[in-house]
Amino acid sequence: MTDVLIVGAGPAGLSASISCARYGMKVKILDEFVKPGGRLLGQLHQEPDGTWWNGIREAELLHGKATKLGVDIELGVSVYQVRRTESGWHVYTSKGDYHAPYLLLATGSAEWPVPVPGWTLPGVMSIGAAQVMTNVHRVKAGGRGLIIGINVLSAAIAREILLGGSELAAIVLPARMTGIESSANPRAVMGAMSRVAHLAPSPLMKVAGKFIKYDFVQSMGVRFFPRRGIKVWGVPLNMRKAAVRINGETKVESVRLARVTAAGEPIPGTEEDVPVDFVCISGGLYPLAELASVAGNPFRYVPELGGHVPVHNERMQTLQPGLYVSGNITGIENAKVAMAQGTVAGLSIAADSGAGGARAGEELEQAVRQVGEIRKRSLIHFHPNVAEGRLKMEQYWQQIRRSRQESP
Amino acid sequence: MGFGRIEHHPVLGPLASRKEIRFTFDGRPFIGYEGETIAAALLASGVRTLRVHEDSGAPRGIYCNIGHCYECRVQVDGQANVRACLTPIREGMDVRSGRVLPKPFAKENGWT
Repeated sequence: MTDVLIVGAGPAGLSASISCARYGMKVKILDEFVKPGGRLLGQLHQEPDGTWWNGIREAELLHGKATKLGVDIELGVSVYQVRRTESGWHVYTSKGDYHAPYLLLATGSAEWPVPVPGWTLPGVMSIGAAQVMTNVHRVKAGGRGLIIGINVLSAAIAREILLGGSELAAIVLPARMTGIESSANPRAVMGAMSRVAHLAPSPLMKVAGKFIKYDFVQSMGVRFFPRRGIKVWGVPLNMRKAAVRINGETKVESVRLARVTAAGEPIPGTEEDVPVDFVCISGGLYPLAELASVAGNPFRYVPELGGHVPVHNERMQTLQPGLYVSGNITGIENAKVAMAQGTVAGLSIAADSGAGGARAGEELEQAVRQVGEIRKRSLIHFHPNVAEGRLKMEQYWQQIRRSRQESP
Repeated sequence: MGFGRIEHHPVLGPLASRKEIRFTFDGRPFIGYEGETIAAALLASGVRTLRVHEDSGAPRGIYCNIGHCYECRVQVDGQANVRACLTPIREGMDVRSGRVLPKPFAKENGWT
């Protein structure tokens, strides 16, 4: 008999399993991938003190702790449906059905695609795909690549691709087109990047970051952005050039760049083809939340959290009895926040089930505070107003709870 | 030309030695290593095109590499629509790229 089923063996799911198993609960984790760790696996970046955050090692530590406590992890399993029953949750997978009184969805996030013409050619991949190839499989994405999309993720993974021995010709924006307004608007991107300027390796970005908080200054920033770009990890990052299309017959051969106006419109006659054999598209992340929708939980659109998010409270309870969420499904944040949220979800389940007694309740309160503290201390914020988004979500939760109590 | 495994990584260290696995892709023999996915083993050997679009015949490879997009669907030991990015290679595995499918009713439905 399983007490808790967890979908996703990433930082949130593994941390939650540890909290539940510590209180004697029988936990089973289901994950589609070949290795446990989720998005932790690809991560490799330097902390401000110079030490490396090696996601593979972090995943191994969590996996080791979980298995030692008797957590059962099944890999290569896809969950395609969940249904509430009188005694809990029924979970339908590619390898049979499971049932448990408690279900935690820790499915993480997915990447927004940016459909630049030519994006279906072999050799074009999401930036996360290149990260997994390079760091997890230890296979080069290619010889010489180009990154389309300027954001926290692309700046971080650019360095990982270089460490893996591939070359990068440039990091540019996609040319402005329908549906990708904000990621193709140099002014908006400049604003977003200014909030992570403290991480930027270039002194220019550091200086610029302090001044480009306002729209007017942002457009000036784009105008004064050096025509040749600035170097990030030695790779030219250019906000005045954008990718118009990806060229190739049967695979990527080059990327056509054009100079753009401050609003991101390509300037005719300025096109040039840059030869590359792979292209990484970086459109940012959104919560991967289909299963919460299938489970019948209400959603709210919270841009500060990266998209449509299942309504939940700070204890990671949803509005469905026995259903919990944690990690990036609740909003896009870094792995350390996801781990802390996972601990909260696990303790919540232990407390609600009675398995944890009063102690789990006390630990839970402390764990909730810990999430806030880790968020505050975090250097990398995918969305600058994430704390505001979290407050909004807490209000949605209370509103819906109140209205349900008033009209049962 | 830029393909291959990252044997020595400046931070992650040397690649551990693993067991060789033999498999075929469209009948051609390939060698990969235990634990590698079909997509990773093929890319390491320089293969980017995993299938053709069932309608247009346009070549396709991996896109997301973590199972979300289904762009890397291949046929494995007769089973269609298997994600190459999530499926580890096995000894003797028969991987096929698929082909353009017939559209017997396209004309009368005005789809051509």
